[in-house]
Amino acid sequence: MKWLKWIGLALLVALVGIQFISTRSNQSKDVPSSDFILTYKVPDNIGHILNISCYNCHSNNTEYPWYSRVQPVGFLLESHINKGKAELNFSEFGTYSVRKQKSKLKSMVNQIETDVMPLSSYTFIHRDARISQENKKTLVNYLNSIQDSLR
Amino acid sequence: MMKTTIILLFLALVSWGAKAQTDRSKMNHSMKGMPEMKSKMEDKTATPASIVVAHSLTVTSIIDNYLALKNALAEDNSGKAASSGKLLFDALGKFSLSGQPGSKQKELKDILDDARENAEHISVNGDKIEHQREHFEILGTDIKDLIVIIGANRTLYQIYCPMFNNKKGGKWLSESNEIKNPLLGSKMPKCGNVTQIITVK
Repeated sequence: MKWLKWIGLALLVALVGIQFISTRSNQSKDVPSSDFILTYKVPDNIGHILNISCYNCHSNNTEYPWYSRVQPVGFLLESHINKGKAELNFSEFGTYSVRKQKSKLKSMVNQIETDVMPLSSYTFIHRDARISQENKKTLVNYLNSIQDSLR
Repeated sequence: MMKTTIILLFLALVSWGAKAQTDRSKMNHSMKGMPEMKSKMEDKTATPASIVVAHSLTVTSIIDNYLALKNALAEDNSGKAASSGKLLFDALGKFSLSGQPGSKQKELKDILDDARENAEHISVNGDKIEHQREHFEILGTDIKDLIVIIGANRTLYQIYCPMFNNKKGGKWLSESNEIKNPLLGSKMPKCGNVTQIITVK
C-alpha cells in the first residue's frame, strides 16, 4: 500500500504545481469591423446564440469562467480555443475571401445540424451554450440565407 | 485522507475520458436513415450541359489526386481517402500562381486556399468518413472552378446526387459517366446523374 501513497502524493504535488503555470488569455477590447456579427449586421437573437455558443472558442474574445484559472482546465480551454480559432474565427470572418466564407458557412451548418458543434464536452460544463432545437433551426436558416446571398 | 485524494483524482480522470468518448461517438451518427428515392432520380431525362476548357497539364497531379480521393470515398475507404487528401493538399501547394494572368490571380488564390483547407481536413480525419465527405463536396466546386480557369488534360463529368446531406444534394467530378457515388458510398452507390460534361479543347 505504501507505493500507492507515494503515487497519490506525486499526483497531488503535480496538480498543485501546475496551478502556477498560467495560460495566455484570449481577450481583446475592440470588436474589429471584420467581426461576423458586424459584417452581416446579424440580428440580436442570432448574435446572442453565436456569442454564447460559439464565440468563446471561435473569436478573439473569450469570456472565461472562474474555473478556467484552475489547471488543467485552463490548458484544456486554451487548446480548444487555439484549435477553434484556426478552423473558424468569427472576429476575422470579414477578411475571408467570399469563397472561404461560403465554405465556412456550409461547414457551420453541417456541424450544427449533426450536433458536432458546439462540442458536447463544452456544453457539458457550459449548460447555457446548448442550442435548443428551435434556436438551431433559426440559426441554420440564417446561416443558409447568408450563404445564398453570397455569389 | 490519502485514499480519498487518490479516489478523487481517479474519478476526475475517468470523467474526462468519458467526455472525450461521447464527443467521438456523436460525430458518427450524422448519416442515418437514408430513404430510398430511386424512381425520382432515374427519370431525369435532361441532357447534361457541356463546357469546353483549355488543354493544360499544370493541374494533372491535382486532378489525379482528386480522382483518387473520389474513388477511395466511393469505396468507403476513409484511410485511403486521407492519404489521397494529403497528396492532393501537396499538389495544390505546388501549383504556381506566377505563370497565371494577373486578372485571374486573386480568384485562383482563393480557390487554391479553400481547396487546400478542405484537402487538409480530409487528410486529418481518416476516422470520420462523413466529415471527409462534407469537405470533399465543397472541394468539388473548387476543383471545377480551377479547371474552368486553367484547363484540364482529360474529359471530366460533373455528377449531382440529390440525396446527399439530408437531401440538400451534392456534386463531384468524375473521369467517367458511370456512377459510383463518393458522397454516399455503398449506401447509395448509384445515386447521381451527369449534369455537365467538361471537355478539353
